[in-house]
Amino acid sequence: MNIIVSIKQVPDLVEELEIAASGKELNREWLKYKINEFDDHALEEALCLKETLGATVTVIALDGEDIDKVLFTAAAKEADKLVKVTGVGDNPSSHEAAKALAGVISGMPCDLILTGVQAADDRDGQLGVLLAHYLGVPHVSVVTGVSVAGNTATVHKEYGGGVIAEFEVSLPAVLGIQAARQTPRYVPVARVRQAMRAATIDEVGGNTGGVSAGTSISRMFKPESGAGAQMLEGAPADIAAKIVGIIREKGIKV
Amino acid sequence: MNIIVIAEHFKNSIEDITFEMLGKGKELAGATGGQLIAVLLGNDAKALADNLRAAARIVYCDSPHFAEFNPEAYGKALAAIVPGLSPGMILVANTSAGMDLAAGLSVDLGIPLVAYANAITAGSATSQLYGGKVNVESALAAGPVIIAVLPGSFAADAGKGGGAPAVEAVAAPDFSSLKTRFNKRMEPESGDVDITQQDVLVSVGRGIQNEENLAIVQALADKLGGALASSRPIVDNKWLPKTRQVGKSGLKVKPKVYLAVGISGAPEHWEGMKDAECIIAINVDPKAPIFGFAHYGTTADLFDVVPAITAAI
Ligand SMILES: Cc1cc2nc3c(=O)[nH]c(=O)nc-3n(C[C@H](O)[C@H](O)[C@H](O)COP(=O)(O)OP(=O)(O)OC[C@H]3O[C@@H](n4cnc5c(N)ncnc54)[C@H](O)[C@@H]3O)c2cc1C
Ligand SMILES: Nc1ncnc2c1ncn2[C@@H]1O[C@H](COP(=O)(O)O)[C@@H](O)[C@H]1O
Repeated sequence: MNIIVSIKQVPDLVEELEIAASGKELNREWLKYKINEFDDHALEEALCLKETLGATVTVIALDGEDIDKVLFTAAAKEADKLVKVTGVGDNPSSHEAAKALAGVISGMPCDLILTGVQAADDRDGQLGVLLAHYLGVPHVSVVTGVSVAGNTATVHKEYGGGVIAEFEVSLPAVLGIQAARQTPRYVPVARVRQAMRAATIDEVGGNTGGVSAGTSISRMFKPESGAGAQMLEGAPADIAAKIVGIIREKGIKV
Repeated sequence: MNIIVIAEHFKNSIEDITFEMLGKGKELAGATGGQLIAVLLGNDAKALADNLRAAARIVYCDSPHFAEFNPEAYGKALAAIVPGLSPGMILVANTSAGMDLAAGLSVDLGIPLVAYANAITAGSATSQLYGGKVNVESALAAGPVIIAVLPGSFAADAGKGGGAPAVEAVAAPDFSSLKTRFNKRMEPESGDVDITQQDVLVSVGRGIQNEENLAIVQALADKLGGALASSRPIVDNKWLPKTRQVGKSGLKVKPKVYLAVGISGAPEHWEGMKDAECIIAINVDPKAPIFGFAHYGTTADLFDVVPAITAAI
């Protein structure tokens, strides 16, 4: 079985995000990037499938900030092949990224494509679903469980309230992974360094085929942070006393 | 401009997000001199259609393949039905099911998509991105556009009731070659506590760092006579059962007091706790989105302030 996992770097949301002077993009100079957390889950699920069924796991990413390191980290986790798609430009829209990936993936052996369910910056939609439609294959997103038998995947899709629907999907298919069956594995830096020496990244030219998001960004702005919250100041004990007061005011008898 | 609302329903009942979209759609159709059209896919959908009377026109399609949501069957039907409605704007829920539809429709019909929208005008849509830290407004070009609407963005009441719209049935497309088959639906196992029935919830997020530290927040929940709830990553790490998860894919809760401890307040978390009477947030990041909608907040370290609250009771 051939499993392709697509991964992407996103701004680390724990860091401060600054809007550029144009008001239409983030100031990227100081942005800290990290792998989209759902891609970590997609890779983990692929590696679990490899361990149980045997599979070749190929990790694919569009060229971008620190992408080599992310690919080598995947290799250190036992991904078999690394592919970097070049020539697409910085910060492509989901439609452009999906079209470029579809072009490359259609020339690769592939039974299952796992993407992260979404990323924090995909204004024009989730790439997995777009990719599936460009490839003309079925898809399920918000997936929390995958098993494969023969030419069919049995997948669990999550709805609100933790309700799960089980589907059977004929392969090849795209699945948008929300959570892997287990917490994504960790690899020490030494193993990543080792992978940097041992593994190679295949570079393939990508083509967005003229698609675009179809709308343009007119403005970026921060929601008024703290607009609603009355901030409590002081030493921890003072803050604690205030919080206890608020809780009592709400009629909680403590 | 005709506004098309793709109705979302679950377990034979129309979801609130549908009414939110109908209410907003009515306003937009009115402002642009268009018609509000609801599209409903279901099995024996006619009875459900009666709930969508806020629309001027209801188009429904019946098929046994729609008895449960199926990304492929629903997508195929919408791609066949929507173009005939002269759409200006197509509103789809930004939900688990809606996510499977909006982007597919965008490719199939060659129509742009703006996702995660929490504000819409005739010429713009605003996406809530970066975990709720930045809003991005898109200018909409002429021609049809698909907008995926975040639940909780608009008033549901505005989309309820209504008049006597034209109701018409359309035939389902050929489903003989579907590659996606629905098997079964599974409810989460009921847990030891029902977090939807508590007056006080101490809800913990990734800021707690590790499983052992949960004892700190559990101690506070016990002292307050409430229960421990959490954000999604805590459940994904299997530190707490699914029944404790609050949010889009977890439970919706409305306690008197919701103490959010080390939770950033991502839109998917907000969806589950926005109706709490009093939200108190403890988060070291002054820019955390949670402070935008909490009633009280502190940027003190949870490891200092949580034990201090426990001690103060
Ligand atoms: C389809 C879908 C459905 C989802 N459904 C849900 C859902 O139902 N529920 C849900 O919660 N999420 C859901 N998510 C995930 C959601 O997008 C966020 O990833 C998640 O809510 C983040 O959880 P968090 O706030 O605990 O973690 P983070 O966003 O990592 O936030 C941790 C916070 O802790 C703070 N912190 C760190 N250390 C301290 C300290 N010492 N003291 C005080 N504060 C500290 C940090 O400043 C940070 O703000 C869903 C995502 C998707 C794509
Ligand atoms: N530039 C990219 N390169 C590779 N994969 C991507 C890229 N953008 C998005 N993806 C994949 O699509 C998923 C959803 O991302 P998004 O469409 O941005 O919500 C990500 O988690 C990745 O798996």
